[in-house]
Amino acid sequence: MRAEVRLWRAAGRLIVSWRTIVILIALVGAWELYVDLGAVDALILPPPHQVAQALYDDRSLLWSGFLVTAEEIVFGILLAAAASLALAVSLHLSRTLRRAVYPLLVASQAVPIVIVAPLLVLWLGFGFLPKLIVIAIVCFFPIVVTTLDALAAVDPDLLKLMRTFDASRPRTFRHVELPAALPGLFTGMKIAVVFAPIGAVFAEQAGSNSGLGYVFQQAIPQLLTARAYAAVFILAVFAIALFTLLTLAERLLLPWAYEPRGENPQ
Amino acid sequence: MPAKGANIQARMRAVETSAPEARAPGGSSGVRLRAVDRTYLGRRGPVAVLAGMSLHAAPGEIVAVVGPSGCGKSTLLELICRLQEPDAGTVEADPAALMPQRDLLLPWFDATDNAALALRARGMGREEARAAAGPWLDRFGLAGFERSRPGELSGGMRQRVAFLRTLLAGKPVLALDEPFAALDALTRLEMQGWLGSLLAREPRTVVLVTHDVEEAVVLGDRVVVMSGRPGRAVAELEVALRRPRHRTDPEVIALRERALEALGIPR
Repeated sequence: MRAEVRLWRAAGRLIVSWRTIVILIALVGAWELYVDLGAVDALILPPPHQVAQALYDDRSLLWSGFLVTAEEIVFGILLAAAASLALAVSLHLSRTLRRAVYPLLVASQAVPIVIVAPLLVLWLGFGFLPKLIVIAIVCFFPIVVTTLDALAAVDPDLLKLMRTFDASRPRTFRHVELPAALPGLFTGMKIAVVFAPIGAVFAEQAGSNSGLGYVFQQAIPQLLTARAYAAVFILAVFAIALFTLLTLAERLLLPWAYEPRGENPQ
Repeated sequence: MPAKGANIQARMRAVETSAPEARAPGGSSGVRLRAVDRTYLGRRGPVAVLAGMSLHAAPGEIVAVVGPSGCGKSTLLELICRLQEPDAGTVEADPAALMPQRDLLLPWFDATDNAALALRARGMGREEARAAAGPWLDRFGLAGFERSRPGELSGGMRQRVAFLRTLLAGKPVLALDEPFAALDALTRLEMQGWLGSLLAREPRTVVLVTHDVEEAVVLGDRVVVMSGRPGRAVAELEVALRRPRHRTDPEVIALRERALEALGIPR
């Protein structure tokens, strides 16, 4: 019961701190004033009230776009997490593989996704799959790195201890290394949440007829800038929601990661 | 604090204990190191950690090893546990379980799962391992904390769970690496008394490494004094005293002084 209350308080702190709201109101107010005072054309930078108006007027268009993009992002992150965990574990268990593959992983991230996305669409078509893959490509790297670091951070003395207990390699992995890697997996996913919308928008712009990225791309040439901003706003809110959800899931699934370490200092 | 310790000891006396797997099969030899050398390759060339180190612990004997920091005490235990091989000399030892200096409890396991780790490492199922460890937690004064995670336990409790984990490994030799060094002074005293009475009921071959001379004299049947690096045995003291011993006993104090003298520390 108490744990539950603590959990919700933590969630509340993440979503709405009054300081965040104050800063937000100040920013939005400054933006509104800046446009209203005629410093910039409302077609180029729509004032916040027009964006709000667009959110309401175009709600069905935005909502159907959001559903498409949200599905891509959620499954893209899950695919990235599964692939990253498998890859991180393989790299951790085989030093040869790590030496051979890690540099390639780093290099793969240097290839701009803007270029990769259209090529994937060309190859795989306009459907769900190329979006999934683009998002997974954007997301998997931070997850691999944080998971691999967590695996490497396992205390060598703990591994020695398991050896004196005659533990086989798979059992040591299951009881000691895998649980230690899970907080790293979550950290990576939280970073990935920020990258996933970027990947989704690129993938949709490269070729699709649905999704918020598509809405955005259609709105700009029609000078419906308020609608474009509304799409961006929805993506930002969605990223915050996913981040909060992941944080809550981590607290529920790995409560021990939030306790004091419980180890004698030395 | 002392009252709590006495309570635990009383409970331990009351419960009839039985070792999970008492001794090594066949003729057990305890632990015997003969003229062991061990050198590491450090950043600035080789570092001789042990040179001509010899040690013997008869089956069921408690040998306390004291020495200055960096004298190779931890290396000694890893040699006994077969985590390392000597560069020269021989190591003969019954199978040994290590209790590392830090408790190294797994934060994702509760006290019972942590205590039962060695059982699960051998492939025992979770429920079976928990059932086997359960009664021992009670005997170790951890009743009511079976489901507490390490973060919820006090330092002394964690050390008891760590010790139980080593004991349940069922090895005839226990290699204890400064088991109480990280505890505060009061808890350390309590735990020393606790370990003494436990080993009286659960006799094992014990090699106890410590930098606390008093601890060595109170707990050991024999005290081996090591030199600074590269470490070797420079003195050996028989502790033929009745148990339980107290650090204020005149005989204990006399032996402590002799050990300190062997360590080269003036009175």
